[in-house]
Amino acid sequence: MEKTIDIGQYVAIAVKWLMANLRPLFDFIKTTGNAGIESIEWVLVSVPFYITIALFTAVAWKYAGKRIATFTLLGLALIYLMGFWEETMQTLALIISSTVIALIVAVPLGIWSAKSQTAQRIIRPLLDLMQTMPAFVYLIPAVLFFSIGKLPGAFATIIFAMPPAVRLTALGIQQVPGDVLEAARSLGATQKQILFKVELPLALKTLLTGVNQTILLSLSMVVIAGMIAAGGLGEKVLEGINNLDIGLGFESGLSVVILAIILDRITQAFGNKGLN
Amino acid sequence: MKENRPVKIKVEDLVLIFGKNKENALQMLKEGSIKKEILSKTQCTVGINQANFEIYEGEFFVIMGLSGSGKSTLLRCLNRLIEPTSGNVYVNGDNITRKSHRELLDVRRTEMSMVFQKFGLLPHRTVLENVAFGLELRGEDKETRETKAQQAIDTVGLHGFERQSPAQLSGGMQQRVGLARALTNDPEVLLMDEAFSALDPLIKTEMQDELLGLQNKLKKTVVFVTHDLDEAIKLGDRIVIMKDGIIEQIGTAEEILTNPATPYVEAFVKKVDRKTIITAGTLMHEKPTHVRFGKDGPEGTLRKMRSTGLDVLPVVDEQNTFLGFVWVADAVQCANRQEKTVESILLTNVPTVSIEVTVEEMLPLITATRSPIAVIDWDSKRLLGIVSQNSVVIEATRFNEQEITKLKEHANNS
Ligand SMILES: Nc1ncnc2c1ncn2[C@@H]1O[C@H](COP(=O)(O)OP(=O)(O)OP(=O)(O)O)[C@@H](O)[C@H]1O
Ligand SMILES: [Mg+2]
Repeated sequence: MEKTIDIGQYVAIAVKWLMANLRPLFDFIKTTGNAGIESIEWVLVSVPFYITIALFTAVAWKYAGKRIATFTLLGLALIYLMGFWEETMQTLALIISSTVIALIVAVPLGIWSAKSQTAQRIIRPLLDLMQTMPAFVYLIPAVLFFSIGKLPGAFATIIFAMPPAVRLTALGIQQVPGDVLEAARSLGATQKQILFKVELPLALKTLLTGVNQTILLSLSMVVIAGMIAAGGLGEKVLEGINNLDIGLGFESGLSVVILAIILDRITQAFGNKGLN
Repeated sequence: MKENRPVKIKVEDLVLIFGKNKENALQMLKEGSIKKEILSKTQCTVGINQANFEIYEGEFFVIMGLSGSGKSTLLRCLNRLIEPTSGNVYVNGDNITRKSHRELLDVRRTEMSMVFQKFGLLPHRTVLENVAFGLELRGEDKETRETKAQQAIDTVGLHGFERQSPAQLSGGMQQRVGLARALTNDPEVLLMDEAFSALDPLIKTEMQDELLGLQNKLKKTVVFVTHDLDEAIKLGDRIVIMKDGIIEQIGTAEEILTNPATPYVEAFVKKVDRKTIITAGTLMHEKPTHVRFGKDGPEGTLRKMRSTGLDVLPVVDEQNTFLGFVWVADAVQCANRQEKTVESILLTNVPTVSIEVTVEEMLPLITATRSPIAVIDWDSKRLLGIVSQNSVVIEATRFNEQEITKLKEHANNS
């Protein structure tokens, strides 16, 4: 069938306009962003592997219990022994930076949409769009704005991973019981005091579920971002696919899974402890 | 006596309308439309319809009415948790409705605290931290906070529970935390919204007693919302009864029970166990026809009995001190014996009560002799009035409303 409506055309025009007029801004973001990601990466890669493994295991032990701690120890050791340590640390650096940025944007958005009907009406459909759009599509503007590399990888990841954090922050705040809010107001709490002393603490458990989701979504996106030279495990997976190297594909895939399980269990444990 | 007390809170023409089209609704309200009409025309709910009243310092003031009558709304207008649509609220003569946001926060932090039905405690904080929350919001340092919070905790009997989290406590205990939190700020006014309604009956009674004790000691002004008339009567110095946002009546429990201002209030108070509330003072026939000892002989006594249609009269001396009763049959014989005074027929071993004795307490005084009960001033022994046994019985059994009115009419006419 012939194309009668061409929305894509307008999106393309908008993107082109942005590229032409905001070039310096994008360049600035790219340079500072890359520097940020690379310094995190540098730290993670240069810390001896056994210290990193010990730290992860200790945190898992403290918050998630013996079983998860054992899994963390064995899993990370396996990754190291398979020879994917550096790639895993690169991926972790990308996840950490994407998640931090995503949360910095998402939490205020979540708070805003919990408090204002208008904000909610604008943000809701945007989130729906962001979550249902196939992940690969984000790579296109990322590359157009920032070409290839780590920063565009992080950019696509942030957009893809942000929605659950926004939603769950909003949900957490909306769930704060009315009588608790009223009590705080009756004692003369300001809006700010209510937010920091009542709403955010009470929303913390739900909010941490959002953090957990964001981390896991970043992990899945970071792998896809391997396609635009974001480095890390994603590139190894891609290499395995391109060369039809089943061994490489499986091993790098396994590393992703191990990392995912460790991050998931530890952040979940944080979430459950959040209440106490 | 009460009217001399300083006014703590004054509510003036207070109107609260929920909804978008407030202006129209307000206009209709001023023109006298009723809640239903306004709702159907403007989609606005009338929460409070032109309320006017004063609450005195140290008073236990109860707001009562059925669900949806506007009690909570009225209470929240006092500290502006809900913004009044029009009208004024004065606290200590200061117009709360005119205050800036900052000033309002100050009022809430120092002058008024609130206690809620569902407690409203912070689940992530310990009992101590919850109780100290108001002081924290006020910006007091940790040490002051904890000392004052500890005092409040001791006051409400929560000693030893400081480090527990609210979820570990029973409902009654949680409400003690809520009460302690309100007391920590040392406010002059306590606002309580169905504070005990979520508690089971035994705990509820206990908390009511403790609250009364506390109020006696601390002399706070308490504004207490409840839908439970028994609770209102037990706690309230005065009670306001609301219906559809309108104040139907304000008065003491006894005034409301004996003299309901509207059919609604009358229906409302019907269920109450009146015999524990109605007193001799209400029931008595004031300034009764009496026999003056030394002045009225048996003939004079009989004349008075004939003119009033009564067969028993109280006897008093020149100082109006109550001496006893004389009966018509005795008076006839006494007159036949041509005696000069009623001394020989004066019955002195008769029931006497003071003015605040309740119907319930008068029940044991009912005897086969059907002697009326004399109401006297306990110190001077002066006669204030008499209560007939009939009225006590009717009041206690309440099988016939009409008889009470008839009896009252009868007593008033005589
Ligand atoms: N936020 C609101 N928006 C619209 N209408 C409201 C709102 N809050 C209360 N109302 C209405 O105002 C009226 C008074 O409500 P209010 O909560 O003061 O009653 P109440 O006497 O405290 O009842 P209850 O015993 O159920 O607590 C009711 O008709 C209620 O439906
Ligand atoms: Mg209510």
